[in-house]
Amino acid sequence: MSLIATLARLEAVSSGRARPAATVRHRHLSTRPLVFVPLTTAGEAGAPLGALVGTDRDAPRLLVVPQPRDRDLRFSFLADLADVVLPYIDSCAGAVEAAERTETDPETGKRVKVEVELCADAPQLIVPSRAGLDLVRLLGRSMRFRRTAEQDPEAPYPAPPRVPLLGRWLTHYGERSRVPGSSLLLALTDVLSRHWATGQSSLEDQHLGALLAWIDPPQGESGAEAARRAELARDAAGQLLCPPAGPATDPAFDNKLLAPAIERYDRARTALAAAEDALTADDRLAALTAAEREIRDLVESRTRPTWDAVWRGLDLLRALPEGAHVEERWTRDRWSFTGHRDRVLAGEPPQPRRDDAVTAANKLATREREQARLEAQEALDDPLVMAGRRLAGEAFAGEVTDVVMAYSEGRRPSPRPLVTVRTDDRPHLAERAKVYRSLGGKPQSAEFVGHEAEGVLVLRVLDKMGRGKEPEPGSVPEKGDRICFTLFEHEQRGGAKLPDPEETPWTHGGPPGEVVQEAADPITEEDVL
Amino acid sequence: MTTVDFDPGAAAARATDAILHDTLHGTERGVVVDSPPGAGKSTLVVRAALELADAGRPLMVVAQTNAQVDDLVLRLAEKNPDLPVGRLHSSDSDPYDKALDDLPQVRTSAKAAELNGLPVVLSTAAKWAHVKADEPWRHAIVDEAYQMRSDSLLAVAGLFERALFVGDPGQLDPFAIVGSEQWAGLSYDPSASAVTTLLAHNPGLPQHRLPVSWRLPASAAPLVSDAFYPYTPFRSGTGHGDRRLSFAVPSDGSGPDRVIDEAAESGWGLLELPARHTPRTDPEAVRAVAAVVRRLLDRGGAALSERSDGPAPLTADRIAVGTAHRDQAAAVRTALAELGVADVTVDTANRLQGREYDVTVVLHPLSGRPDATAFHLETGRLCVLASRHRHACIVVCRAGVGDLLDAYPSTEPVQLGTLVKFPDGWEANHAVLAHLTEHKVTWRP
Repeated sequence: MSLIATLARLEAVSSGRARPAATVRHRHLSTRPLVFVPLTTAGEAGAPLGALVGTDRDAPRLLVVPQPRDRDLRFSFLADLADVVLPYIDSCAGAVEAAERTETDPETGKRVKVEVELCADAPQLIVPSRAGLDLVRLLGRSMRFRRTAEQDPEAPYPAPPRVPLLGRWLTHYGERSRVPGSSLLLALTDVLSRHWATGQSSLEDQHLGALLAWIDPPQGESGAEAARRAELARDAAGQLLCPPAGPATDPAFDNKLLAPAIERYDRARTALAAAEDALTADDRLAALTAAEREIRDLVESRTRPTWDAVWRGLDLLRALPEGAHVEERWTRDRWSFTGHRDRVLAGEPPQPRRDDAVTAANKLATREREQARLEAQEALDDPLVMAGRRLAGEAFAGEVTDVVMAYSEGRRPSPRPLVTVRTDDRPHLAERAKVYRSLGGKPQSAEFVGHEAEGVLVLRVLDKMGRGKEPEPGSVPEKGDRICFTLFEHEQRGGAKLPDPEETPWTHGGPPGEVVQEAADPITEEDVL
Repeated sequence: MTTVDFDPGAAAARATDAILHDTLHGTERGVVVDSPPGAGKSTLVVRAALELADAGRPLMVVAQTNAQVDDLVLRLAEKNPDLPVGRLHSSDSDPYDKALDDLPQVRTSAKAAELNGLPVVLSTAAKWAHVKADEPWRHAIVDEAYQMRSDSLLAVAGLFERALFVGDPGQLDPFAIVGSEQWAGLSYDPSASAVTTLLAHNPGLPQHRLPVSWRLPASAAPLVSDAFYPYTPFRSGTGHGDRRLSFAVPSDGSGPDRVIDEAAESGWGLLELPARHTPRTDPEAVRAVAAVVRRLLDRGGAALSERSDGPAPLTADRIAVGTAHRDQAAAVRTALAELGVADVTVDTANRLQGREYDVTVVLHPLSGRPDATAFHLETGRLCVLASRHRHACIVVCRAGVGDLLDAYPSTEPVQLGTLVKFPDGWEANHAVLAHLTEHKVTWRP
């Protein structure tokens, strides 16, 4: 934890309210996000119990699996989920704008510009917490290798149509959420705790109710009290007043309410199956419907508070103005979305179970580049974030006290003005260290020459002054200017190009061989409990 | 443990001969050499390079940092001034050591094509990754291969047919600035070390080990070997009494002076400050480090070793300060400047890798901390800090690290399919601490 984050948390503890950790919003928020509040069943990894899902905060769609171990019911839940999510995705897949992309011409091998489609907007998925991200990934993994009856007439348990497609999209979103700064799939607790520092640990911040209590406590109550109530308070029947955001449920809810309700449902189902005449069957169907209704009400009672909390959190975030570089990062998200849309349309197979060596290395390189880019952009967009970097000795701000014109040696001398800066910051500047400032959105670099006195630095400006002998107007700081230099670079260089997968070298196992379509997941005993 | 007839020179020569034989005449595409601290890794690399060049095999050398590349170029030039050498560099300003410009046989360029045909071309892995070659090099030497990431090897492995991989498995593992758990357990996990991936795919490659540390004194080699290389022990090349550190000015009885005397006598010294939770840049501990360095210089130290007949003065350039974090290093530099000390190297463990000094002063990574994270417990970090010295190592630390270790056993999740690394950082920390405690000087500044 950085020093400024520690300070903000200490202030939050003493004031009883979360402190801002950012002055602008560093993530894109769609005007019409799809909120997904899932619950799972205890005892089986990733077995859905139900979910609230939708784009309208007043009319979420409630999906429930009354018997979570029943595979047919699970499939129908997933099919229902696909009916909500896929039309939402399609709504963005259609609207496109023309864009240019550089590609390698397969014939000449030259880099050429090609005109391609870029989706004008991308669907955004919001889950309450980080565990929700993992569930999205898990659901994607469990669905994308399923076969529908159409794909494989022999499949013993064919998946409903569109379920494998939903799996591919959820996989794509889950994978994209690992890219720093991306906003296709967001966990609300992560985004909120990026923008506010609470007086509790970052582990506790993953409880959405407690986090919101710190950020926006009810009238007359301190954040600490409200957070404690959100975490622990129970009603007379022993149920949490603020149910956890899931996907896991509270054991007291499982034991006292859910398990008996599922048992009643099972009994009603067995009774219906045993009915021998139409009249009894009618009665028993009514009993089954009532039992199912009861489970639906239970699931809704646990997901609705979280659903409302998610929208409240989005309101809080929307109140912050968007950071200057957010749009640029969202454009990359749109490219990512468009790319996957094209792969689906082109009939490519689902994402493989495991990345090959080259794909894994490319992904890691991209994410490291995005991480560095994100850190730089957040600091440039937000003085409060920059303050943290200054406190850490990674940037400094100050006033220009003197500018002396100087020139480089050589045949064509170029301007290399010496700028003296007085600063109260204490940057960790090594000899001849490079520093950067933003000049009209582009980084201008300078070189650290030395300390003139305590808190007085001399820098030599190196570039962005035009081609002439005299620097272009406005390109050199002037006496009295307030300027801010960073020790980190503002833009990231592209990494080296890795070999194509079919040219994987011997050190990494050689080429992966012919691409075969991955088989469907085999049916195991657990699948047919 | 000491056998009378152990001849370190002969043992090291046998190992080197076997390595060169496998490299020049072996049938496998790769040879892996594990080298403990100061075991003559660079000497081996230079010798192998010269022999490969002699055999007429075009050679590329891959190192991890520009400083390492420049160092190898200078060593090659020193050993064989007639051998034409190419130094491939980046297009940044000041891409290489200016000393190379004085060597007529060294050609520098930012373009690989301009260095075509030279018997040896050296560069960093990052620069090699941008090189496109129509025909691969016959041979490569990959230096510091344990500090190279698997993805970085992936980018350059297409450039060579065969390679000699040299490195120190005990030093800091490469790291990624983003999570990479999703690939844990895959043989080609891009965040793993290059050697891990190489051996996972080519388990039959010959593996060698350099058995003798020429840097570490007899007082340090057993501890470093036991704590960090439990299954691949090594020996020091010198015996007790071969090296001596003495001071002209006697001790003034202060904590720094007492710990200096202890370290001069035994090779190790622990200056223990009172227990306290502090920020990373603990001002007292930082001042204590600076005070020790100041006294080391003031007391007219002389280091006697097998390298020369007479004692060599202990000057600022023969002393280094090691820390875990960069802000700590910056704080120590400031404190040293206040005491008027210049030219003493102060750096983090990452940057001290591969360097050698007579005396090191280390700010213990766990000093004053309320918790012990995986970063602070990493085996390689402590190993680097405890194995940079030829004579003595002085550790400055707050009391209570033993209890801290007991309160924070390592809890890293076990990933299926990954090799468990030995030794465990927690255990290595305890082993080093137990040894240091025997050389403890408590001091209340």
